[in-house]
Amino acid sequence: MPPLREFQSVVRVAGPILAVSGIDDAGYNEVVQVLLPDGSIRAGQVLESRKGMAIVMVFGGTRDLDCDITAVRFTGRPLTMPVSKDMLGRIFSGSAEPIDGGGSVVPEKEMEISGYAINPTRREFPEDCIETGISAIDGMNTLVRGQKLPVFSGSGLPHSMLAAQITRQARVRGTDESFAVVFAAMGITHEEARFFIHEFSETGARAHAVLFLNRADDPAIERIITPRLALTAAEYLAFDCGMHVLVVMQDITAYCEALREVSAAREEIPARRGYPGYMYTDLASLYERAGRVKGRPGSITQLPILSMPDDDITHPVPDLTGYITEGQIVLSRELHRKGVYPPIDVLPCLSRLMQGGIGEGRTRSDHANVSSQLYAAYARGRRLAGLVAVIGDEGLTDVDRLYLLFLERFEREFVGQRKDEGRSFDETLDRAWDLLSIFPKVELRRIDPKYIEQYYRGEIG
Amino acid sequence: MTESRIIRITGPVVEAEQMRGARMYEVVFVGRDELIGEIIGLHEDVATIQVYEETTGITPGEPVKRSKRPLSVELGPGLLGMIYDGIQRPLTEIAQISGDFIVRGVSAPALPRDTLYRFTPSVSSGDRLIGGAVIGSVPETKHILHRIFLPPDISGTVEGVAEEGDYTVEDTILRLKDDDGTFHEITMLQRWPVRVPRPIQEKLPVIRPLITGQRVIDSFFPIVQGGTASVPGPFGAGKTVVQHQLAKWCDADIIVYVGCGERGNEMADVLRQFPSLVDPKTKEPLMKRTVLIGNTSNMPVAAREASVYTGITIAEYYRDMGYTVALMADSTSRWAEAMREISGRLEEMPGEHGYPAYLGSRLADFYERAGRVKTLSGAEGSVSVIGAVSPPGGDFSEPVTQNTLRIVRVFWALDADLAHQRHFPAVNWLLSYSLYADLVAPWWEKHGGMEWWTMRSELLALLQKENELQEIVQLVGPDLLPEQDKFTLNVAAILRESFLVQSAFDPVDTFCPPEKQYRMMILIYQYFRGGRGAVEAGMTAGEVEKLPVTARLSRMGPMPHDEFDSFFSEVLEEMKAAFPGGEN
Ligand SMILES: Nc1ncnc2c1ncn2[C@@H]1O[C@H](COP(=O)(O)OP(=O)(O)OP(=O)(O)O)[C@@H](O)[C@H]1O
Ligand SMILES: [Mg+2]
Repeated sequence: MPPLREFQSVVRVAGPILAVSGIDDAGYNEVVQVLLPDGSIRAGQVLESRKGMAIVMVFGGTRDLDCDITAVRFTGRPLTMPVSKDMLGRIFSGSAEPIDGGGSVVPEKEMEISGYAINPTRREFPEDCIETGISAIDGMNTLVRGQKLPVFSGSGLPHSMLAAQITRQARVRGTDESFAVVFAAMGITHEEARFFIHEFSETGARAHAVLFLNRADDPAIERIITPRLALTAAEYLAFDCGMHVLVVMQDITAYCEALREVSAAREEIPARRGYPGYMYTDLASLYERAGRVKGRPGSITQLPILSMPDDDITHPVPDLTGYITEGQIVLSRELHRKGVYPPIDVLPCLSRLMQGGIGEGRTRSDHANVSSQLYAAYARGRRLAGLVAVIGDEGLTDVDRLYLLFLERFEREFVGQRKDEGRSFDETLDRAWDLLSIFPKVELRRIDPKYIEQYYRGEIG
Repeated sequence: MTESRIIRITGPVVEAEQMRGARMYEVVFVGRDELIGEIIGLHEDVATIQVYEETTGITPGEPVKRSKRPLSVELGPGLLGMIYDGIQRPLTEIAQISGDFIVRGVSAPALPRDTLYRFTPSVSSGDRLIGGAVIGSVPETKHILHRIFLPPDISGTVEGVAEEGDYTVEDTILRLKDDDGTFHEITMLQRWPVRVPRPIQEKLPVIRPLITGQRVIDSFFPIVQGGTASVPGPFGAGKTVVQHQLAKWCDADIIVYVGCGERGNEMADVLRQFPSLVDPKTKEPLMKRTVLIGNTSNMPVAAREASVYTGITIAEYYRDMGYTVALMADSTSRWAEAMREISGRLEEMPGEHGYPAYLGSRLADFYERAGRVKTLSGAEGSVSVIGAVSPPGGDFSEPVTQNTLRIVRVFWALDADLAHQRHFPAVNWLLSYSLYADLVAPWWEKHGGMEWWTMRSELLALLQKENELQEIVQLVGPDLLPEQDKFTLNVAAILRESFLVQSAFDPVDTFCPPEKQYRMMILIYQYFRGGRGAVEAGMTAGEVEKLPVTARLSRMGPMPHDEFDSFFSEVLEEMKAAFPGGEN
């Protein structure tokens, strides 16, 4: 790319987008600096380049820009960020400016924030399971190192609490390798931001954490780069420094709204609900940065959090996310109302990498069978509860009643746990057996008889 | 001549001027880094180009070079066991050049240039050959004899042919004089434009099932060699697992697996498992019959568009050798979205949901390349195509699902509710269908038994009946149902749990041989008939359910195949004893 060039020829401003005329050699994705009439500077990026014209997205928004004085400086470089281990323990803005009063980070390296795709042949298949201490996750949707597992939530649900609890409790059995947490906030409230900072400080995690905060009143378009900055930091820590990095990104919905805003300003043909047709590809460019690489010790595990507008799981943001990530944890308003914490509705939950992470030598040999049986039993319990709501419980058989009892206890005793309670895999599985032992043995069709022999403790066998 | 130059860049789409003479679908090299691109639009001297690599940093004014050839794949020995990106760049070799991450502007030949292959000619000087004739062969693996063809567009007389011996793919193995007197030097390495179907003599009717070892597929909704199938379903419903299961266990000779815009870890999973899994037919590692195309969701979107064509062309090539080939494309929706993204950048008039108006015809053209054929050399080969579809919100009324449904003959509808209960494969038995079922009945009658068609029809009807009864139960509760209906519900539950459920991860049940499928079906069917008779004779459904033989029917799938034979005869006897009046 050519070196620095400056133009004072903004010809059009629309939403977060501006057009600069007279430039013949703007690079696609090149970084620009927009010099405002008041002397302040905002960063931006070239979205489209033509002979004589460049279309630029301004991360800080276009407020106070004009067409006479505003100048645009083309830097000749792609978006990069300085990285260093010294980032640990620091808090940055959504565009990587330190906001914790500390000085700027002395870089060890400059990295392009859009990242590069991991060559699929160089990926190490993730199979080290993480004990989060949460039964609904560990028992039925086990998380593994290098996985991307989002939390689908809704406004007012305790997703932040859950994310903090996982961050606090997560460990890999029998190891104490170095770990780090990277937190990317997109459009979250000051209160939520404070909650996380407080949580991390309380638990001593601060020293291992890097925070990037774009809050609700920060520029919306900045949200497009915040997760990329965070993931670049994570890649450096994981693949250069060999750390196991957990990346929490909240709220993906706010990120997608920023994408939609840019797309609308460019008058692109939208796909569903105004979101751009390339949103799948765009989200994949974030989520696929999770993983492990052969021959490198570190890993990136992602825990993106998104709020489902109207609790609608078919909304484009959760939908496209689910199509890219390796499963999802879904929170339910109904369980939350019932007072169950964490209000995880296990039925729509999934961990696609669970299979490789559990079993003999990893968790316990009965794990897969138990999980499958819990699913079958809970699904049947839910169906019966629905039936009872319509026709009453007269027509039920004795076995049906056991399923209703199971349903009740499962939600309270298995899904439900204290905010400071971390359960080991064994505790989680033992609890599952307590509940499955409500049933006569013949009902446990998904469990190999040898495990029933070993773990069943019911009366009516 | 003035040089061609870039005048506009927007994402993966670039415009260049001074391109007069360029052709549609011609490959070009874009910018100073010579990124690979393909011309997808022409307007006077301006060409619109889709670029197969990241375009960051490219500026207007950079040069564009023409290649004067269409986007093609390299064909020849050495394809098996390879993993390529969407435009056939070999990913393992690319990693050796550029490391763990894919950077721009790196390329490597698709087929190794220095490997020696044992070539045995099958023609001699003076022979007259027409395009597509076999000129010799190379043992590519222990079981795959790789036939070398005369390119389909050349005919003439053999002037000289290499002796049996070791050659690289670039060595001349045949000299041919065509009818115009022009000489052609033929090598084992040949190119074929991906968007053009390879020619054949004629399409043949499909006859034989493609056995997959998945009960709900083989026994209920079968696919055939040379057939087409589609697997739509919301995220997490099991499309990829179905595709992987087919790639592992279906009885094709060659598998082409296209990971189109999906996850990197899924490709890593295949690469991890296939080399150590054994092909039940040949006892060779599965990787040796497989070609992988992996253009994951974070790799360039234009190359994703190309990936399915790259895959199907390679599939056709092995078909031409007379093999049974199966191609899996996961997911065709990502391919359609790539088309949409490119079309959007071209500012074309959108059709439904922003997809280009030609979506339907592109899908049809693609599936049309499946089939059982008589090849130019007279052999019989087939390509089966199984495409996953990822409908937004799991709603099957969207354009990709609907356009696909119009073309394919088998529809395995995956269902979120079943997946949530962990009923896998989550194939919805009420929505799914196979238009090949009656075609494969003779095969089943020969390899299973004469009852196949009757049992299949009655068991499907049983599931249909269950659905109706459940609607009644929703209104009045289960108690008021007549005993016969209660019994129907019980058998349907057994059929679902013991027959339709099949875990891909169970070491035994991951593959169920057709003979076992048939026998499992017999047991359930006999239980159904016997129990029905018993209830008619006065037993309650509850009493039948408590019979010891009922419990015997659960967990048949995971039972080791060699134990199953004696189990089968035993239970059949028990059933006779339990339902003495039974059999009707
Ligand atoms: N036959 C099966 N046996 C056991 N488990 C299965 C089976 N099919 C699917 N699953 C489970 O469902 C999960 C999701 O399946 P899969 O990844 O194939 O979904 P998908 O439809 O391809 O989703 P996406 O559209 O997001 O790619 C798997 O990780 C696995 O846990
Ligand atoms: Mg999939």
